[in-house]
Amino acid sequence: MNKIFNINSALTIFIKDFRSELRTRYALNALIMFVITTLAIILFAVANETPSIEISAGILWIVIFFSAMSGMARTFVSEEERGTVMTLHLIAKPSTVFFGKLLFNLILLFLMNIFTVVLYLILIPSFIIKSYDIFLLTIFLGTIGLSAASTIIAAIIAKSNTKGTLYPVLSFPILLPLLMIVIKSTKSALEGIEIAKAMGDFQVMIAYFVVIIAVSYLLFDYVWKD
Amino acid sequence: MIFKIILGIGLTLVIIAGIALPMVPNPSSFFELPIVPGLEDKARIIFFHVPTAWVCVIAFITSLIYGIQYLRTKEILYDIKSVTAAGLGFLFCILATVTGAIWSKFSWGAFWNWDPRQTSIFVLLLIYGAYFALRSSIEVEEKRASLSAVYSIIAGLTVPFFIFIIPRIVSSLHPDPIINPQGKIHMNPTMLVIFIASLTGFTAVYYWMFNLRVRFAKLQYQQQSKEQD
Repeated sequence: MNKIFNINSALTIFIKDFRSELRTRYALNALIMFVITTLAIILFAVANETPSIEISAGILWIVIFFSAMSGMARTFVSEEERGTVMTLHLIAKPSTVFFGKLLFNLILLFLMNIFTVVLYLILIPSFIIKSYDIFLLTIFLGTIGLSAASTIIAAIIAKSNTKGTLYPVLSFPILLPLLMIVIKSTKSALEGIEIAKAMGDFQVMIAYFVVIIAVSYLLFDYVWKD
Repeated sequence: MIFKIILGIGLTLVIIAGIALPMVPNPSSFFELPIVPGLEDKARIIFFHVPTAWVCVIAFITSLIYGIQYLRTKEILYDIKSVTAAGLGFLFCILATVTGAIWSKFSWGAFWNWDPRQTSIFVLLLIYGAYFALRSSIEVEEKRASLSAVYSIIAGLTVPFFIFIIPRIVSSLHPDPIINPQGKIHMNPTMLVIFIASLTGFTAVYYWMFNLRVRFAKLQYQQQSKEQD
């Protein structure tokens, strides 16, 4: 009975995090206000100018990237600070903890990205999506890749002394390939390109999160055990 | 000692040959270099820029391999080798970036224009920078070694994405696609000899510096261990 990880246990960890988040709203509050303030700054900066398609696509993912950084840095830090790490060590295998945390981050990031995109569509006039299929698939796959990489990096920085500051520093080189490709396909969505022509981009995104999740699963033991 | 003397003489000859040999339209002897259309004397940078870029990638892979070895064995020596390789890689990465930027200024009119190749080296610099930032923020020795190794492995896996993704996204002005469109080595024999000699020389310099620094780091580590006892 040697499963890769225990599904029920992973779900239990996810539910624990979900309840804890609803109780404290650490991440939710920070994320919502971060998105709002960032968009406000963008609007002030843009004023009455109309940003080009390229810039609109890039800015969207800048907002998403830094929102993810501010929201997910505490994934494991909060466990360290509350002294619950030992409990998790006792009750679950490392891979179970990893997938539970990954699931939580995935859903958190999905909700955040939906919120961001809706606000973006409302507030940025030049952001007009012509290929909805490309755009939705980009958001979906980009979110998976973003949360996968962010989860393993969050585990690493939980052990360091400069937790919050170090997080985007470590994450950016890892996430840059993904960011470049999602910005490109977002630009394709704004230009109205056919989905058939964007398939190469989606293949890269899928390859990216498969690689990251696989290597994270293999390496998480070394990060998690003290 | 013999190794160092030979290395010194070899690299000196490479430097002299790379800089001083005349470039002529139709080289008729071993001591003449061909004129590369559009590059002329600017092509000489190849003897110094490419070897440093090559070494910083070698160093990165070396650091990655020793990181894996550390995770497998928990032997601190591997971590020392890993961080040493990363440090040298960082140095050569900076050299490659600077030589490339200088060449870019004369060929493209600007030190930096986010050409895909420049983006690649930039990301490598970021990875090295992040690696050392991570190490400096963890005080426990074993934990620092493990986390650094994990990070370098994850970072190492993103490098292939730059090799495959970037060429698909943006067209490049980097000479290789121009000089070498079929992916074959078309260098003039003299140029090729100097290039290979330079590549070998720089790799040997890296190897030498690596061993030197590992020995120093080991002594330092032993000294610290004694002080703690």
